[in-house]
Amino acid sequence: MSMLARVQVPAQARRGDVFPIRIAIQHSMETGYRPDNFGRRIPKNVINTLTCRYNGVEVFRAEMGSGVSANPQLQFYLRAENSGELVFDWVDDSGQRGSERAPITVTA
Amino acid sequence: MSADRRRFLVSCSALALAPALALAQQNPQREALLREVTRGAALRIGRVLVDTPTLADNGHSVPLRIAVDSPMTAADHVRRITILAERNPRPVVASYALGPYSGRGEIVTRIRVADIQDIIAVAELSDGSFWMGSAHVIVTELACLEG
Repeated sequence: MSMLARVQVPAQARRGDVFPIRIAIQHSMETGYRPDNFGRRIPKNVINTLTCRYNGVEVFRAEMGSGVSANPQLQFYLRAENSGELVFDWVDDSGQRGSERAPITVTA
Repeated sequence: MSADRRRFLVSCSALALAPALALAQQNPQREALLREVTRGAALRIGRVLVDTPTLADNGHSVPLRIAVDSPMTAADHVRRITILAERNPRPVVASYALGPYSGRGEIVTRIRVADIQDIIAVAELSDGSFWMGSAHVIVTELACLEG
């Protein structure tokens, strides 16, 4: 199962401005409490870590548990510094990784 | 008549104080949980807004916004925001590391809420202080009930 994700980052921002980032990832975020059709417990499998790097520097990290809804959505903020790239990386309990990147142009 | 009025006013103020008291004491489980998050440091009430609908009809996906009152400068910023739902099977919902580059001490997400409870957010600031806010959420369809 590949993890579909959508990242919303403004294409352009003025230096010093604070802009929102939205990310939504398709993932069932199994709690470990749900049985399958045969009554067997489906093991816990959630995206436990998500990081955001801005031009190589980690600027945000989310550590998540089973209390986060399925298909997790997250919005946070960053201050525009320099043009470059935002890289999002995440991993779930089964070790499956996902990644997404978004360019940003910072004007003076 | 005036005694009634006085009693009424006293009960009103007691009601207003109740959430703060309830958060601070009276609940050893909550206290232990908070102590784990703050690693024993003092925890003050304030500066953290927990914005969520009072009545959420679907506990599987309750919108939640945490906003911490902070200038988010290099000298004074939010280091970490932790979301707690003490009546969930796993009370620590999520924890987010922020910094001065965040520009705003705010997080929006969706969480599972297993029961009618207070959703608590704890913010760790760059000066090492801990602040807390909470919101009471009533869910009509609880999460984590299947199976």
